[in-house]
Amino acid sequence: MRIKSTLENYIFVLPAVLIFSIFYIIPFIWVFQLGMYEWDGILPTKTFVGLANFKEILFADKIWWHSMLNAGYITMIALVFQNAIAFLLAWACDREIRMKNFYRVIFFIPPVLSEVVVGLVWQWILDGNYGLLNSWLTALHLPQLTRNWLSDPQTALTAVSIVHCWKGFGWGFLIFLAGLQTIPRELYEAARVDGANAWQSFKNITVPLMIPVAVTVGILTVLGTMQAFVLIIAMTGGGPAYHTQVPVLRILASMRGSSRFGYACAQGITFGVILVAISFVQYRFSKKAKA
Amino acid sequence: MKTTRYYKTKKITVNTLIHMFLLTVSVSCIFPLIWMVSSSLKTQETIFKDTSLIPKEFHFENYYYAWIEGGFGRNFLNSIFYTTAVVVGIIVVSSMAAYAFSRLKFPGRNLIFYVFMAAMMIPIPGSFVPLYVLLTKLHLRNTAFGYILCMINVGLSTSIFLLKTFFDKMPKELEDAARIDGCSKMGIWWHVALPLAKPVLAVVVVFNALNVWNEYVLALIIFDSKPLMPLQVALMTFQGEFITRYPLLMAGLTITALPIILVYLLMQKYIVKGVTQGAVVG
Repeated sequence: MRIKSTLENYIFVLPAVLIFSIFYIIPFIWVFQLGMYEWDGILPTKTFVGLANFKEILFADKIWWHSMLNAGYITMIALVFQNAIAFLLAWACDREIRMKNFYRVIFFIPPVLSEVVVGLVWQWILDGNYGLLNSWLTALHLPQLTRNWLSDPQTALTAVSIVHCWKGFGWGFLIFLAGLQTIPRELYEAARVDGANAWQSFKNITVPLMIPVAVTVGILTVLGTMQAFVLIIAMTGGGPAYHTQVPVLRILASMRGSSRFGYACAQGITFGVILVAISFVQYRFSKKAKA
Repeated sequence: MKTTRYYKTKKITVNTLIHMFLLTVSVSCIFPLIWMVSSSLKTQETIFKDTSLIPKEFHFENYYYAWIEGGFGRNFLNSIFYTTAVVVGIIVVSSMAAYAFSRLKFPGRNLIFYVFMAAMMIPIPGSFVPLYVLLTKLHLRNTAFGYILCMINVGLSTSIFLLKTFFDKMPKELEDAARIDGCSKMGIWWHVALPLAKPVLAVVVVFNALNVWNEYVLALIIFDSKPLMPLQVALMTFQGEFITRYPLLMAGLTITALPIILVYLLMQKYIVKGVTQGAVVG
């Protein structure tokens, strides 16, 4: 009776465990195995090469590290620019102000759209020949500023970064707003009674209480932005030359472009380790900041 | 001496500035979408010259051409089908598991649960490489079934987490009553636990629906044949084939974006809930 009941309980988790084992755990193990082979993904024979793939990534793959720098650049812009805007908007909405809900609804429209839609619409706006931005600049008598935003090496990466921020700030906004709303109003009341002005209560109440929230948003921003790539496929495809390449795009290119499945897996592991290291450092850093 | 009038004027000025800031950002959020719709109503001849927001003539036939000629009609139905199938799958599979993790006892329960949670934390960029290999071996590549199973797996951990948290807080009395009435475990899960979990199920449905509808990379590597592709991949293919047919592309983008915006506007309360709860996980 007891055993039958336990078996019955296992039936509840069986479908989840089956799907998860096949589509998560097996691929997870395979990444580490395949990373040590040279394989084109088609032939039945794989050549064992040990750590040669990793050696190549670390010491010879200049494009890989260039793409890592690009992702770092986008992430820095997102971390500072996108989150500053998100926080300011949340702070502005966390008060007795009309149309609060309207703003909240609007700011989360870009995040619910797909990266393909956002990327293609912005690509059309930023188009060098017929794009809206250039025709506005011309209309404003600033034709010297017009350029091929997405195929000019000087502007492509920044343009992609800004569109990424446009798409992503709504997440930070909602989380910051939820955080601000947990701060008890009495604290502000008490501060005002004690003669604190708006800036002082912002500096001494809002900021310290929001640090844990900011850390969460920061970690989510870094993990999300470093791995972003679909928006870039839709906007530039990684070009011009390698100016907007990012790591995941390189992994995709190793697999589909040069048919090096083992190398693609090794790149995935390298990148995964870097991401875990970054979030670990951020986590430690935040613990120190709190203490 | 500062008068009440001074403070009133100051307050109005501050509020006006804040509204101007908020409105500017709002316009920047919506404007690209309006431009997308506007471009979708122009013709191949006018689109490159006419920069007006409201076109002189509305060419709704672009939508017909995009739907039929561009093949977006087929891809639209595919996206609807994949989204529905995956969401139903996730609801059944994850609510059963979450119920067991919360209420039923069996050896290894916590271990299995922690493995699911660990999967939520550990990033494996490029997991699409081994998935491609796996699906090829299972003869599931370029099939709807293969894609649906993969996407069920993608949403599993987070959904289990959300549902388990809810079940943990749910009072046990109703379930006890059902048990005394002779209801089986499956019966309790289906007739008692699931109906009570409606609010959190709504969050799970909305988030997974958005996720599947917007998914790109797995669909890209799984599907070769265009009649099986969901909208996101079809859009990129279309852009590659007809690089200059912007009105049709914009019509296709509008067809893709519209359902998601409608779902969002109807269900936005659940999305806000999900984002704030999700942030707690991270």
